[in-house]
Amino acid sequence: MILVFIEHKDCVLNKISLEAITAAQTIGKELGLGVGAVIPCGNDCNLADEISQYNLEKVIVAKNEKLSTYTPDGYTDAFEQIIKSENPQFVIMAHTYQVRDFCPKLAARFGKEMLGDVIRYSNDGGSLTFTRRIFLGKLDADVKIEGDAPYFVTFQSGAFRGDNAEKGSASVETVDVEVGDLRMEPEEPFQEAKASVDLTKSEVIIAVGRGIKSEENIKIAEELAEVLGADIAASRPICDSEWLPIDRQIGSSGQTVAPKLYIALGISGAIQHIVGMKNAGTIVAINKDAEAPIFDIADYGIVGDLFDAVPVLVEEINKAKS
Amino acid sequence: MKIIVLMKQVANKDAVLRIRGDEQWIDESDVSQQTNESDGYALEEALRMKEAKGEGEVIVCTLGKASAKTVIKDGLARGADRGIHIIVENENELSPYEIAKTIADAIRDENADLVFTGLQSDDASYGQTGVILAELLDIPHGTIVIEVDRESLSDNSLRIKRELESGWYQWFKYQLPALLTIQSGISQIRYASLKGIMAAKRKEIKEITPEAFDFDASQDIKKVYLPLKTKQTQMLGNGDAKAGATELVEKLKSEVRVI
Repeated sequence: MILVFIEHKDCVLNKISLEAITAAQTIGKELGLGVGAVIPCGNDCNLADEISQYNLEKVIVAKNEKLSTYTPDGYTDAFEQIIKSENPQFVIMAHTYQVRDFCPKLAARFGKEMLGDVIRYSNDGGSLTFTRRIFLGKLDADVKIEGDAPYFVTFQSGAFRGDNAEKGSASVETVDVEVGDLRMEPEEPFQEAKASVDLTKSEVIIAVGRGIKSEENIKIAEELAEVLGADIAASRPICDSEWLPIDRQIGSSGQTVAPKLYIALGISGAIQHIVGMKNAGTIVAINKDAEAPIFDIADYGIVGDLFDAVPVLVEEINKAKS
Repeated sequence: MKIIVLMKQVANKDAVLRIRGDEQWIDESDVSQQTNESDGYALEEALRMKEAKGEGEVIVCTLGKASAKTVIKDGLARGADRGIHIIVENENELSPYEIAKTIADAIRDENADLVFTGLQSDDASYGQTGVILAELLDIPHGTIVIEVDRESLSDNSLRIKRELESGWYQWFKYQLPALLTIQSGISQIRYASLKGIMAAKRKEIKEITPEAFDFDASQDIKKVYLPLKTKQTQMLGNGDAKAGATELVEKLKSEVRVI
């Protein structure tokens, strides 16, 4: 059996869990294993019916009122019991911030570790090899897990398609789980000063990264944005330095965008940035470092100094428009 | 109040990486090293906590080869009080559980009130050493911490803000002792002063040579390689940025049709 974790808040599904279902179904088919979904919840969970519409052996609601809000202690205790009763070969999850928070703890409780942030796998006669990105996306690593089951594997967003999750029908089982003392008290999640810019609707985005070097240089990118009617965005270091406000940040902790055109200026392409923009229609990368991972996903690349390239771009675009 | 900060030496962000002959890691022989970015922020937050409280001890701990001592020395120069160097020559062959267990055994008797780490390393990026360590030390943990309410610190609790996804945040009150993994950008990192560098020379660095132990559930890297390209990239300008820009405008007109 493969257990797949269903992430939700107040019984509203985090859609990335559908990608985890697809991953579990795909691997399950190859290895001849059924799939069970696990939903930790404070009540009988309104989400259970929705998840039972997928091709699963069963949906297990791990129920305890201490699970009504996520905590690493609560989720680990709940999941531990389900694993002990189901004895899964694999525990598969989507690599979200919540999963990063509790999955390694859960794995450690079984004397294991998490094989995290996997982008793809291959199957050689039932022996799986998983691929992870390392060195901020500059290299890939093929990895095997040793030892006995259960194996804890998390997949990066986009490794599988959620809309490929196979439909079917599953029975729903509610299990009252025991949860020990919670050593952390959560408050209500909130959004900081509602983003004033909604970059998800932008047609064209000019994004700047560390290669822009200083706050004063942002205006060079702004000139390009102006002639293209584009919005300005940035990678995390730029917003951390407060050269641009946080609502301009693209990536796992910022906005996820899919504009028609995305021009990355001096952005190396760390995985945390790429997950936020890889679905752009056309990606242009300008970077001094020919090895920068951003070039792996770019449609057009210019290896060179952005301070040379951008003024020429502005001039030529102006010419082309007139 | 005692805070242990775990810091790791990693390849410099801008270094050109070459794959080692056996294809299982990078060739580290000529790669410049630096302190892992988020670990620097973890140290900064620990120093600020100590300053806010007006007392306490900040201990920098690293697991790595002899050269990793520079990470500790740098931490001491910034204001940490002492260091612990767990000397392991092959740290890149250790999996996260092995690293966490080795550190747990080395620091357990310190009985720290807080353990800080960066949220992940910029080399192997396992992103779980801290979480496993907390489980092994039997203390609560919180990951991706972006703010610490230093005023809230009491003998047995601390309020911190965690980053969720897509611009969402959440405050938690943690029982102490606790382990927190710190997000980059939590505050501005201080530079080491000359005075700090001089003072660091007198600070203690304890060296620990850990016993090896059997762990049979590790994730082993079998092969390291350049990422497979998912797209055909048209490279423009052949190294000449200005020529590339001119070609790009043509493409934007004829192929992408945005002009």
